[in-house]
Amino acid sequence: MSNDHAEHVRSDASSSPLDAVLARRPQRRDGPVTPTEKTELEWVACVTAIAKDEDQAAFARLFRHFAPRVKAFLIKSGADESLAEECMQDVMATLWQKAHLYDASRASVATWIFTIARNRKIDLLRRYARPEPEELPWGPEREPDQADVMALQEDSERLAAAIRQLPEKQRNLIERAYFGDLTHSEIAAETGLPLGTIKSRIRLALERLRRAMS
Amino acid sequence: MTGIKHHISDDLLMGYAAGALPHAFDLVVASHVSMSDDARARLAGYEAMGGVVLSDMNEARIAEDSLERTLAKIAGAPNRKAPARPENGIFPEPLRNVVGGDADAVKWRSLGLGAKQCVLQSDDGASARLLYIPAGQAMPEHGHRGMELTLVLQGAYRDEADRFARGDVEFADQTTDHTPVAEGDVDCICLVATDQRLRFKGLLPRIAQPFIGI
Repeated sequence: MSNDHAEHVRSDASSSPLDAVLARRPQRRDGPVTPTEKTELEWVACVTAIAKDEDQAAFARLFRHFAPRVKAFLIKSGADESLAEECMQDVMATLWQKAHLYDASRASVATWIFTIARNRKIDLLRRYARPEPEELPWGPEREPDQADVMALQEDSERLAAAIRQLPEKQRNLIERAYFGDLTHSEIAAETGLPLGTIKSRIRLALERLRRAMS
Repeated sequence: MTGIKHHISDDLLMGYAAGALPHAFDLVVASHVSMSDDARARLAGYEAMGGVVLSDMNEARIAEDSLERTLAKIAGAPNRKAPARPENGIFPEPLRNVVGGDADAVKWRSLGLGAKQCVLQSDDGASARLLYIPAGQAMPEHGHRGMELTLVLQGAYRDEADRFARGDVEFADQTTDHTPVAEGDVDCICLVATDQRLRFKGLLPRIAQPFIGI
């Protein structure tokens, strides 16, 4: 990434869409916003700014952080340098195009980008369009509940912390599973990780969404 | 959305999240997830693990003009389109996309005695097909040389294990010896993925042994 982009990004920091999100932070939550939490919410705010205002500065911020990681993920998944670069650009372009479908009460931005990268990877490396579940769109005026968003982002951070604390060998197995190094018969979902809270949280968010859609 | 009694296993959901399933199984999982919020929430948990893997990647070097080229891709892309409204059919969207419509668009081939099938895809030894079994009849003889995943779309069937109705999934392998019979007055339609390559012996070895008891 050239310095131009860094400048571009920094000049945008004062008008961060994050402020608006933090201002709407539910009162009933206790305690300060932690730095990682703030980062997670900043990414959420960037996606929202893309969806609402086609905000290129917000996109540049996301790009600077995620593009090198997406590319690394694709290389680890078996793509060569040039295919990974091309595919990464497709992934980031899809992020822009699908920003209006992102639901922060159901996934962190990293998770959402992971799903886009995984699908694109399958399209390119395995040469078929991966069947995806039906999208569950928010209505035109509906936004996810801010308390749900905060809670889900916290859960995601907790899961990340738990994975980082795993012994090296187990972390490697998880990484290899997601790079596509393991066949499905080698994958065992019993990870001992705290997935229960995140699943129940998403279940509740889905119930609310269903009620709103009906 | 409610009333599903037989849910998909975590192993298959994690395999789907990681992009490690054969194509035919992706179709069944995506279809089931479209019909079950429980499966959708559990899948989201495994996708969150992928999000953490992505977040923790070392950054790859990206091209100097990466962002510009991505913005150019965005500018050149057709307008984002809103997700299609769910239709009042019996097929969930991922299946409709493959068939090119709902149940009335399927090009059935007779299996005799009123039973019909339509092979939707077949590659790498894994295949996905639709089966149509008239009410009251037994499913045609089929061996399980590998694993088999069945999703009920209309009607219900009963086998030695239990009763399976719309939205339910049943997992079978070569150790499963079952004779499903379509129940009641409604003809039964199922989506079935089979993988001939696998033998049960190697299936789901618990590589995650060390995961248990973290």
